[in-house]
Amino acid sequence: MRSKIVLLVTTVVCFLIQSTVLHLISIGSITPNLLLILCVSMGLMRGRKVGLWTGFFSGLLIDLFYGSVFGFYALIYMYVGFFSGYAFRIYYDDDIKVPIMLTVIMDTFYNLAVYGLQFLLRGRLGLGTYFTRIIVPEVFYTVFLTVIVYRIFHYINYHFMSATRKESESIWVLK
Amino acid sequence: MKNLKKKFQFRLHLKSKHLLVIMTLFCGSTIVATLASGITTVPFQEAVGTIVVPFEKSINTIGVWLTDLHKAFKDKQDLVDANEELQNTVDTLTEQNNILIQNQSELTRLQELYKLDEEYSDYPKVAARIISKDPGNWYDTFMINKGSKDGIRVDNNVIAGKGLVGIVTEVGSNWATVRSIIDDSSNVSAMTVGTDDTCVVEGDLELIDEGKLRFTQLYDKEDKVTAGERVVTSNISEKYVEGLFIGYVSEISLDSNNLTKTGTLVTPVDFQHLKDVFVITVNKQDSIEEGEQ
Repeated sequence: MRSKIVLLVTTVVCFLIQSTVLHLISIGSITPNLLLILCVSMGLMRGRKVGLWTGFFSGLLIDLFYGSVFGFYALIYMYVGFFSGYAFRIYYDDDIKVPIMLTVIMDTFYNLAVYGLQFLLRGRLGLGTYFTRIIVPEVFYTVFLTVIVYRIFHYINYHFMSATRKESESIWVLK
Repeated sequence: MKNLKKKFQFRLHLKSKHLLVIMTLFCGSTIVATLASGITTVPFQEAVGTIVVPFEKSINTIGVWLTDLHKAFKDKQDLVDANEELQNTVDTLTEQNNILIQNQSELTRLQELYKLDEEYSDYPKVAARIISKDPGNWYDTFMINKGSKDGIRVDNNVIAGKGLVGIVTEVGSNWATVRSIIDDSSNVSAMTVGTDDTCVVEGDLELIDEGKLRFTQLYDKEDKVTAGERVVTSNISEKYVEGLFIGYVSEISLDSNNLTKTGTLVTPVDFQHLKDVFVITVNKQDSIEEGEQ
């Protein structure tokens, strides 16, 4: 229960930071995607289900205030959280390299999904321009932010939320 | 008691992939519902807005305070004030100039017939401050700190000192979201001031770096429209009140159909550093309905 409340508060705080403060550090009108980092981190540290719910609620917040179609961002963020959950218990979550790799993959996936479903369908064909101008810079900037923010999420996970990793549950331990 | 609690405790154990399928169907159905039948999510927005918006407002206030502090540290307060004052003068002068040029061309035509006595500055306006922006990089929408309590409604036009900024898309009691005209999904019906030719001004993400907008379907048979021509919102637009300044024509070229022209516009509004906007609390639809009565 406590973990759920902490998770909800973290999601709302991240949404607030993302929509108000993060624009101040945007470079060339590109803002890093904090909510995506949250989804990836929670998926990695707490599994597919938690990743899925984190993604769903962060997407829902965006949909409520900024989305043109209700449920669109919830769907994409949900998949981001879910797929990062596959890394749970397979990789150690106290190493920064795994979340970085996951962020790269998931941010590219997220942006391609937004492009494919909302821009391509309206006949905007210049994927090359969008790729070099929006997607690649956003991925780089988000990775940069991951390096800083992941440690905070890691700290929140191990100090304010109940433990998920039991030694006996690890697939590497012989039973 | 403990046993009883255990007995009646209802726990649903779902595998994560089943959960994913269920939630995907849920999201899919909400997408279809909003697209097809236009179900609004206003009650949810209102509920979440009452929690989230006060935080956003306070964060924004702190941000403004910090920015002010930063400026004071630099010991440039006087310069900043002077600059602001000059900027205001420039804004008002540009606005006056726009009005004058519009007046000139409009006066030569049948002013009485069209009853174009309403000007830009005659519309009732509400000043608002931008408190948050769209979290992604693909779209350009923002939230302002005034809502239905201050008389703002959906489809109200939003302007900044020098020109058109956007249109209100959603309204809560103390907030409203605005889609700016540089947003990729924005379309504005516009006309040139000199020749009254109509065209459509579209936001384009590929031009956003240059601070430009695209215009299409300009029917200009006599090649009168040249670079530098002023473009304002048209009289046939359904959602935008007439005569709001959009920008200057920057490039213009003939389409392959040899009938219409396409090109780019330069907008005078600095969308990157936009902080304060004015919301026109009169809708185009109001005047049409009044006319019918």
